Amino acid sequence: MPLTDEDVREILRIIDESDLSELRIDTDGFSLHVVKGDRPATESPSAGKRSAPSEPAPQGEAEQPSPDPEASGLTTIEAPMLGTFYRAQEPGKPPFVEVGSRVEPDTIVCIIEVMKMMNSVPAGVSGTVAEVLPDNAELVEYGQPLFRVKSS
Amino acid sequence: MKRIKRVFVANRGEIALRIVTACQKLGLETVVGASEADRDGLAARRADRAVTIGPAPASQSYLRDDLVVQAAVGTGCDAIHPGYGFLSESPKLASRAREQGLIFVGPPPTVIELSGDKLHAREEAARAGVPVLPGREVASESEAKKTAREIGYPLLVKAAGGGGGRGIKLARDPDELEHLLGLARSEAGAAFGDDRVYLERFIPAARHVEVQIAADEQGAVVHLGERDCSVQRRYQKVIEEAPAPSLDPATRNALTAQAVAFARAIGYQNLGTVEFVLDVDTGEHYFLEINCRIQVEHPVTEAVTGLDLVAMQLHIADGEPLGLAQHDVRFDGHAIECRLNAEDVAHGFMPSPGTLSFFSVPDLRQLRVDTALCAGATIPPYYDSLMAKLIAHAEGRDAAIDVALEALEDLDVEGVETNRMLLISVLGHDDFRRGAVTTDWLERAIV
Repeated sequence: MPLTDEDVREILRIIDESDLSELRIDTDGFSLHVVKGDRPATESPSAGKRSAPSEPAPQGEAEQPSPDPEASGLTTIEAPMLGTFYRAQEPGKPPFVEVGSRVEPDTIVCIIEVMKMMNSVPAGVSGTVAEVLPDNAELVEYGQPLFRVKSS
Repeated sequence: MKRIKRVFVANRGEIALRIVTACQKLGLETVVGASEADRDGLAARRADRAVTIGPAPASQSYLRDDLVVQAAVGTGCDAIHPGYGFLSESPKLASRAREQGLIFVGPPPTVIELSGDKLHAREEAARAGVPVLPGREVASESEAKKTAREIGYPLLVKAAGGGGGRGIKLARDPDELEHLLGLARSEAGAAFGDDRVYLERFIPAARHVEVQIAADEQGAVVHLGERDCSVQRRYQKVIEEAPAPSLDPATRNALTAQAVAFARAIGYQNLGTVEFVLDVDTGEHYFLEINCRIQVEHPVTEAVTGLDLVAMQLHIADGEPLGLAQHDVRFDGHAIECRLNAEDVAHGFMPSPGTLSFFSVPDLRQLRVDTALCAGATIPPYYDSLMAKLIAHAEGRDAAIDVALEALEDLDVEGVETNRMLLISVLGHDDFRRGAVTTDWLERAIV
């Protein structure tokens, strides 16, 4: 479907006037992703099999099916590398962070082990840990969300 | 399968998909280790599971043996298939996998190491009675000049750690040799971490003929015939075929027997390829190198033998005997493979990455197409430009060429530049039809 500049402006105007903060349409040969506000457009975790073909966004419905963590002031700390996720320096030791822990950009939040190499992962953001996503000793992929942090 | 239940596929593109398909036929589970750029690729989607091993650049994903082994262990795999390229000939991956109790689908690390050291492999070949080209390692300029006088010009300066067409320079006279030697040494050090170089006689009119071998862990070795890969550009193969056209039976017998003898001598296991160079002027043949991985061009051998080479690799790695004597290997017809690349032939073969707005491959009875691409897929700029392999199999060579030509004529690609027209002109060329092509032919023909 060929889109003219006018069409694009018209789409943006409609979205601007609606309650939607984000719209994603994927049909055969056409896909559109529009995000309102100054938040950068981030790709939803492209987790292959898990991402089912998305339905056209329900028109006019203000309720979003699942609340977008980033929209609610949460930042995600992603795995900087593939490896085994460890929450503590060594077994039996207390975890680096718990839900509610205060973190600064250089606070170590976990270790990712790659072939006996222990890689410390800094938070990279400041805020409060709201959620710990993987289980301890689980394999995490490159880019996999590890923590949600409520920014301060 | 006794030991292998879940296979980690440490590769991308068509070969990753090929391995996934072979595993599924054998009832094995698969996990594809993909880079971020390939996360939505066909191989990752067809596998039981896919994990992102790292960012798009190969140095941070497909070339990281630590990540590959960690991912294989972490996903409960019991074997790693490395495909071709990337880590397929890395003794480090093979030994690391073994240390973690994983089966590496390929030869033992010591054999991989030997294959990677082209100089050592040459010596072993000579010891096994396989003819090698006159040449030797040269450590200094004076030694090089002396050796060059014995060999004669023109000659090749080769990196011991090179292979697969990489790390080769042609010197036509002593001045060129002097100029190239230091360069070759420093380039080899940087590219292969091994600055040893050797000189070897250059054969002006040469054909590239290679023999597919298969060896089990019990010591049985068979060959699966030869392939001719003389249509090359800058030592990179473009069209391959089996059997080699107009090869006299005595040479064919010598090549296959020597390949088997060499494999036996070095304790080869699993599938491998022994490459030879054929001197068209004298009829002599010489050992070039041994490759201990599945080759890009393996489908032409599959076509004429009816065997599934990737399945054979898995069976052997699982410890099974070949279950195949030499007289059980039968050859039927002629097969030709064309490598369709995303490259701009008119502009110095520049890679042409991009998104395929349209991609349609004709559905012909005598055609097999190996590809992981479809319309809408993206060819990322980080890897090689191979898009698809078109394999035509017919009763005779002329018929196979016609099938390949029909396939290429009807092929429809939009969104990227390809070498389709180049392939068509090669297949239609009288020289190629006559089967008289040498390794320098394509480059001369383009100019």
